[in-house]
Amino acid sequence: MSTAMAHALNASLRDAMRADDKVLLIGEDIGPLGGVFRVTDGLQKDFGDDRVVTSPLGEAGIVGSAIGLALAGYRPVCEIQFDGFVFPAMNQIVTQLARYRHRSEGRISLPVVIRIPVGGGIGAIEHHSESPEAYFAHTPGLRVLCPSDAQEAYDLLGQAIRCDDPVIFLEPKRSYWSKGDVDPSAPAVDMERARIVRPGDALSLVAYGALVPVAVKAAGVLAEEGREVEVIDLRSLSPIDDATVVESVRRTGRLVIAHEASQTCGIGGELAARVQAQAFYELEAPILRVTGYDTPYPASRLEEEWLPNVDRILEACDLSLSH
Amino acid sequence: MTSATPTTEPWSVLDAAGRLRQDDRVPFGADALDLRAAYRDMVLARRVDTEAIALQRQGELGLWPSMLGQEGAQVGAGSALRAQDVVFPTYREHAVAWCFGVDPVQLLGLFRGTTMGGWDPRERNFNLYTLVIGAQTLHAVGYAMGIVRDGDVGTGDPDRDRAVLVFLGDGALSEGETNEAFVWAAAQNLPVVFFCQNNQWAISAPFSVQSRVPAAERARGFGFPGVRVDGNDVIACHAVTQAALANARAGGGPTLIEAVTYRRNPHTTSDDDLRYRAGSENDEWATRDPIDRLRALLTGGDHSPQIDEAFLADLAREEEELAERLRGGCRALPVPAAGDPFLHSLGSMPRDLERQMNEHLAFVAAAEGDHS
Repeated sequence: MSTAMAHALNASLRDAMRADDKVLLIGEDIGPLGGVFRVTDGLQKDFGDDRVVTSPLGEAGIVGSAIGLALAGYRPVCEIQFDGFVFPAMNQIVTQLARYRHRSEGRISLPVVIRIPVGGGIGAIEHHSESPEAYFAHTPGLRVLCPSDAQEAYDLLGQAIRCDDPVIFLEPKRSYWSKGDVDPSAPAVDMERARIVRPGDALSLVAYGALVPVAVKAAGVLAEEGREVEVIDLRSLSPIDDATVVESVRRTGRLVIAHEASQTCGIGGELAARVQAQAFYELEAPILRVTGYDTPYPASRLEEEWLPNVDRILEACDLSLSH
Repeated sequence: MTSATPTTEPWSVLDAAGRLRQDDRVPFGADALDLRAAYRDMVLARRVDTEAIALQRQGELGLWPSMLGQEGAQVGAGSALRAQDVVFPTYREHAVAWCFGVDPVQLLGLFRGTTMGGWDPRERNFNLYTLVIGAQTLHAVGYAMGIVRDGDVGTGDPDRDRAVLVFLGDGALSEGETNEAFVWAAAQNLPVVFFCQNNQWAISAPFSVQSRVPAAERARGFGFPGVRVDGNDVIACHAVTQAALANARAGGGPTLIEAVTYRRNPHTTSDDDLRYRAGSENDEWATRDPIDRLRALLTGGDHSPQIDEAFLADLAREEEELAERLRGGCRALPVPAAGDPFLHSLGSMPRDLERQMNEHLAFVAAAEGDHS
């Protein structure tokens, strides 16, 4: 059945709450409103306000209290309303949540999920379009997941909630209303592994989140020219599954990495470093990145070209293939 | 600079000369503070503190945050706890840890550089020291939310009802997270007691930098009671903490306790407090010492003595044994293996981290080979 990603996330939360009464949700406006993106629609009505907690405004409070709840044996799922609003919670995430297991010498894990809508492309105002993933991926002790379609969203969120480690769960907000088939009974994928979305032998094209369908489109254009591009959905941004990418590059000799986040010290740079270290002699061309630029997200009328789109990805692929 | 002048006299029942004033807020019977035990706890906890300072001077510890002068506040609060209650400390609650049965040797590891924690928080519900100021106030709030959801509040069963006691200092009052914790605790009427030891100094910043009103007065603005108590009066500290915890366990919600005390030593062994405060201030607070006060009460005054020379001699012997155990225990703390940090960041080790660990272990092994 074709389902929007937002509805798939809602179903995943509902199923997780049914399966384990220790799972509870905390966030701003997640009660009667269902969150500003409606991902928690109807859950407070069905599970009560003890389990779907409308929080005061205060992101540090959301994450800090989730840590306390986890210490008390609960499995809280936090909702941060927008990517740009996560920063007041950074202290709790970086100095507390990510380190508790280390500090307790492995005795205590904190099964906390922090859901964050991310990325641009929805015509939003400042702080409502951000790509903060590298901050989290750079922080030891966190897992970072980013689904690219409805089925992945359902599956990965369920796994994130069942996982004993803290998980930053990035929801590409321009994909919320993209529909796809969702089978709740499908076997769980390996959430640490990247996924080959479309096989090919001419070039490896890596993306995640909202850029996966864009990369697939670009691959379609190149296929019409007779060049089969392998599209890889990274899926997990920490840990990064470089093995799948290296294996692909050994076959294709070429790698293009696309992400919305700005370029410097981004996921793409990390992945490029790992691939060149492992597949140096198989590379036929320099590894290229197609990313947002090293500026804040621009005013939304400029986003169309600032964000990696099909044309910018094609340009990079052409450059790589010209070597 | 000087510390702020209190505008509200803190509540006290035991004066600096060891005279006890009758007050019906002091619990009696089974709920009364065992004064001899409190005296012993304060003396032994102080010995842990002085011994740790000595170990730092000998190079056995990198750093030690002394609690000298705060034993009254900490033992008063710590002895009001029940086993099912939960404590979230800062990094200076050595006497609370003592009261809750944490082995003091385990407090040393963090400062010796053998661990980031040192004990299993679930064994005694005494959480790990938190070094980021105020961060633990929100953990306490979350834990209290868990207690509410477990139904362990307001049942009337003395073995079931629980509360959270979270410690903070005067500096933490200015942190945003502490204020968020107050908002959450109030809005949800949570079973949490905030115990602020106002020791007058946040490293070099006097209390007047943090607040224009006594800390306890802030609570009313958040919607719960605040109590100002003489932090060097162990009997008063016990009384207010016991009342606040009982209220919290019964479902009455949070309380902010401001225990007015003084950090007699520098912030840590690395600090130089005479750069920012006068030594005379310390001398003045020394005359209000919590241990001296209780000893004056227990050894005489108008009443028959409750402790005698034999009690004090036994205690002195116990102190020496404790000090010896700390010195030996400190030096025997195990140094973690080179691979340990890699094991504890996530529940299962990602492949790239395993690669990094193996690289590191090979390097360490080779370096050891070179040296042998």
